[in-house]
Amino acid sequence: MTRLRRLWRDPWGRPRWLVLITWLYLAWSIVPVVIAVQFSFNKGKSKSVWQGFSMRWYTTDPRQSVLHDPSLHSALTNSLKLAALTMLIATPLGVALAVGLARWRSRASSGAQGLMLFPLITPEIVMGVSLFLVFTSLYRTISLGFWAQLLGHVTFNISAVVIIVRGRLLAIGTQYEEAARDLGATRLQALVHVLVPNLMPAIFASVMVVFATSIDDFVISSYLSANAGDQTVPMKIYSTGRAASTPALNALASIMLVFTLVAVAAAAVVLRTLRHRGGGEGGSAALVTLST
Amino acid sequence: MGRRSTPRTTHRDQGLWAALALPGTAWLLVLFVVPFYAVIAVAFGRPRPGERAARPIWNPLRWQATAFTSVLHRVFGGALGQVFVRTFSYVVITIVLCFLIGYPVAYYAARKAKRSRGLVLLLLVLPFWISYLMRMLAWVNLLQRDGYVNRFLQWIHLLGSPRNWLTGDPITVVLGLVYGYIPFFILPLYAALERIDGRYLEAARDLGAGPGAAFWKVTWPLSRQGCLAAGVITVLPMFGDYYTNGYLSGSPKTEMIGNQITFYLQGSSQPQTGASLVLVLSALLVVLMGYYLVSTSRAARSMVAK
Repeated sequence: MTRLRRLWRDPWGRPRWLVLITWLYLAWSIVPVVIAVQFSFNKGKSKSVWQGFSMRWYTTDPRQSVLHDPSLHSALTNSLKLAALTMLIATPLGVALAVGLARWRSRASSGAQGLMLFPLITPEIVMGVSLFLVFTSLYRTISLGFWAQLLGHVTFNISAVVIIVRGRLLAIGTQYEEAARDLGATRLQALVHVLVPNLMPAIFASVMVVFATSIDDFVISSYLSANAGDQTVPMKIYSTGRAASTPALNALASIMLVFTLVAVAAAAVVLRTLRHRGGGEGGSAALVTLST
Repeated sequence: MGRRSTPRTTHRDQGLWAALALPGTAWLLVLFVVPFYAVIAVAFGRPRPGERAARPIWNPLRWQATAFTSVLHRVFGGALGQVFVRTFSYVVITIVLCFLIGYPVAYYAARKAKRSRGLVLLLLVLPFWISYLMRMLAWVNLLQRDGYVNRFLQWIHLLGSPRNWLTGDPITVVLGLVYGYIPFFILPLYAALERIDGRYLEAARDLGAGPGAAFWKVTWPLSRQGCLAAGVITVLPMFGDYYTNGYLSGSPKTEMIGNQITFYLQGSSQPQTGASLVLVLSALLVVLMGYYLVSTSRAARSMVAK
């Protein structure tokens, strides 16, 4: 009883058990994935018993490795193509929308502002079902498959770009543009030569977030897929992971993981140097900004 | 004589800003608003049993409620009601576990970690960059009959024979949900805890509060809104989740609302039923969102009043 009362009076007194919980949690959150990566190098077929190291499931197995199984590397290229194109379309759309919404004052603009927030709180399944039904009933010209998936991916990414860019827009303010205009630039010139360079860190962060969300997406891709030919990596993991799959699936997932982590690490480094030039916080803060 | 500096918004500028906002807005209208309307049009459409394609009715004056009301009947008091109750209990248990594990972790990362903070943050953020399904695949591997979990539990004599985790085990589903969603809970909570001004705590201590009183009277009330926000961020997508439990269990015994929706749209020929369920789910989430917004605005007002 007294121990309980002491705990109530000073719940975090010695942070020893806080430290313990935190590190236990962190280990629990990371170790399973590390083990999954480890099994991608397994010599045998098992994904639960370690049988020695090999590159069999990446390259050497003549039929079932990621390199030689066409369904595996088509999933990989589908995922990368979708993420790259989504990035190219959603980022400019979102940046323009963010700038427009921040400056445009009218009743229509507050409507657009509200509309922009909805995709952020709509569960993916609702968006997936909506897009599936609209592509099969109203927009029949676009049949299910890669292009429908691309349209879907862009749709759920625009709002995220707007949120990231808007934060930066508020921080910059309008004084630089005003200065450029005082020096004789037109609105458009001020926008292109002054505002856009200032927005670069935010644009860069958006690109990374869009890439990562798109490559991770399962629900939208799966609802808008027509056949096995447009499977993405998450879809492949979902459809074969439970049943008779080989460690090649782990290898595929690990390759994706490396793609994302390298991209994120590069982004963190670039953001850090961009901020150092402008003076500001360091890399870990940049990482947190990237994720939220 | 320079030109007038601020504010200088002419009519033509407004045109430029509107033009910038136009493509994104149009995109969302065509690919977000219209599709959602399609869900309503299908739910209230003409029932054609046995036909796979949806039969939407676009004119609201001609909507037919037969399919929708029959779904409502099955939700309130029918077999679908069970699925809703199950979904609720999974979500509630998961969010409670997220809170019990997540709060101490976020608190430590935000307020106690000194030298290790960078590393802790990096590891907290890491799951965001690992594909959700890869994280689930990791558990599928671990929970195999001859997987590490069974072998460990047998080694410490907690299990006599290997347990079958992956076919219809609610424990596995909740474990998967916690594992999948807890990063989304911790990070906003971390941000909220980190934002609390340390001077409030110093003031509390100066006025004679012990560390416990300072926590319960200052930190905890100030972080409650953060908990609520983190909870909403986590719960909204979880209500629509069907893949976690489809992947880790795949049994009707653990089905959630999302599985039923997916079943009616992808597995059977009843898009109407699926669309109606989507509407019921959306209504539920709107209520949840409304509660959240009311409570935040009330909290903001009481802050001002103090």
